[in-house]
Amino acid sequence: MYEYSDFDEAFVRARAAQFRQQVERRLDGSLTEEEFRPLRLMNGLYLQLHAYMLRIAIPYGTLSAGQMRQLAMIAERWDEGYGHFTTRQNIQFNWPKLVDVPDIIDALADVQMHAIQTSGNTIRNTTTDVFAGAAADEIADPRPIAELIREWSTDHAEFQFLPRKFKIAITGTEADRAVIRAHDIGLQLVEKDGEIGLKVLVGGGLGRTPMLGQVIRDFLPVADLLPYLEAVISTYNLMGRRDNKYKARIKITVFENGLDAFKAAVEEEFARIRPTFSGVDQEILRVIAAQFAPPAFKNDPVDSYEAALSVDPVFRRWVARNITAHKVENHAIVTISLKEHGKTPGDATADQMRVMADLADRYGYGELRISHEQNVVLPHVAKADLPAVHAELLRAGLATANVGLLSDMICCPGMDYCALATARSIPVAENLATHFRDIGLEDEIGNLKIKISGCINACGHHHIGHIGILGLDRAGVENYQITLGGDAGPQAAIGDKTGPGFAYDEVVPAIERILRAYLALRESPAETFIDAFRRLGAAPFKEALYGENRDAA
Amino acid sequence: MSVIVRDDGFHAEDFAGTAVEIASDIKSDELVQLASGADMVRILFPSFSDGRGFTLARRLRDAGYAGRLRAVGPVIADQYAMARRSGFDEVEIPDDLAARQPEEQWKFRADWRAHDYRARMKG
Repeated sequence: MYEYSDFDEAFVRARAAQFRQQVERRLDGSLTEEEFRPLRLMNGLYLQLHAYMLRIAIPYGTLSAGQMRQLAMIAERWDEGYGHFTTRQNIQFNWPKLVDVPDIIDALADVQMHAIQTSGNTIRNTTTDVFAGAAADEIADPRPIAELIREWSTDHAEFQFLPRKFKIAITGTEADRAVIRAHDIGLQLVEKDGEIGLKVLVGGGLGRTPMLGQVIRDFLPVADLLPYLEAVISTYNLMGRRDNKYKARIKITVFENGLDAFKAAVEEEFARIRPTFSGVDQEILRVIAAQFAPPAFKNDPVDSYEAALSVDPVFRRWVARNITAHKVENHAIVTISLKEHGKTPGDATADQMRVMADLADRYGYGELRISHEQNVVLPHVAKADLPAVHAELLRAGLATANVGLLSDMICCPGMDYCALATARSIPVAENLATHFRDIGLEDEIGNLKIKISGCINACGHHHIGHIGILGLDRAGVENYQITLGGDAGPQAAIGDKTGPGFAYDEVVPAIERILRAYLALRESPAETFIDAFRRLGAAPFKEALYGENRDAA
Repeated sequence: MSVIVRDDGFHAEDFAGTAVEIASDIKSDELVQLASGADMVRILFPSFSDGRGFTLARRLRDAGYAGRLRAVGPVIADQYAMARRSGFDEVEIPDDLAARQPEEQWKFRADWRAHDYRARMKG
């Protein structure tokens, strides 16, 4: 795992001191509220519906057991005893007091963490494949490059006041578990003639105008990455619209100017800027990469694991849902579901954080990950240790065996927390999860991605859910629009609206009609919802939703 | 009136020549030509939250402009390091801003050369 260099350490301490001074200057009037706003945002501090919210960076979703314990401490000391893991692989605390935030930032710096650029019109946390470094199917671990981007983009003088926020995602595999097509810049490690380079996509994003990224470079040498990113982002900084925040993301810049014109401007700037980079960044990358070397994997035999599988049906079910193949045969990747039925997706209590940290220390080489699907992952666990891990998760209420199922939903905080929300989203998720469990159809339905956003900004990724639910406000009444056919993976797609929306208490019955239609129409249980949808199109599902006689256009 | 901010603090206007003024919406391909040969270039910031000036300054420096380069507008003390790192020599701020954010708040960021990740990556 990455350990801070002296440079990183000195930087986060200096930055913490700067932020402490900024808070004082806000309180003494040196900074107006308008001036303080972007400064607090670029340090992770939002003003929400009821209170401040602090979003802490978990770079590329990787953290150590010690860091997880510190998050638990922060949750108890300065918040209400829990935290919320987000689709950006970060964690949010919903109840900090402004005067406490500088102390929280110091406590983060104590464990090599920060909240820098988790908000604001800046380059945000670079996200990646939650299984990076453990998956069997990757070309290379993308995290060293993500760390290189983190360092380069941190406090980058030119890019702290961009037209709008800027999100970069990188994946090391064709399977794309990082949704790179829905990011401002998406990077995919690719191999050509024995050399590893990057496919670069630009202009993806969700929000009110969802678009999938387009390829701007098929193969970019790794050594060209930082100057190329500078060329793209400085071009965007000048060309991006500043007259309308809803048209300020790079996807609109690319769309309005056309990919060819945008690319020409980027390449011109790249040619100018490339020679000014000395290549020392590649030396730094080598030092970074060495720190991501895999742990020394144990050689334990798998007999006890196989014995437990054959005798314990609860364990067997959990393994079937929550375990992913590891690149090392006698190891496994464990996904700890934060989607217990009826609970807020992505929330974990301080006690649960400590349980997960202890498990990571005892069985997981000290490492944890946060997935964009709002779960926690132990990336390296010997199969021999899985029965013990499962037993301890059961005791902590963390053994929900639902990864990939209906109740494993992405869900934004919605009206319960967020100042932008137009409708509740958490209670919708809770109702869906408990309903389908209670009627016993969740397992029968199988793999399904439902994603819920409580407003048009789409933090809950509803556009790329197999079933997307978008909560809107219609003349003071919550109304939920349903989209079908979205996908986040290599076959990324934006879902289509089915038709008129549904009232709050009509959402669960509406989803049930769609899913009963799926169960009736699928060729076999092996045909998932999204596969059936691709084969059949939207018509039979719309009919199930609205009935034959209703115009669903 | 306005105040000129440099690493050592506040100064009165001390430039008497002719300066070229550049608005933040200038076309990228006109930038270098417009600035060429000028003793001083003033890049105007319409508001502190509009960061185009930082890219314009950096591009001008990369293109070889070696004259005096000034950021002009309601830039705040917290942006001083960004301005210096982007290639500006100094910042020109309105008097009321200088009164609200006095000299020591700007000198707090006179250490702009320290902790600069991008400079470290570029070499």
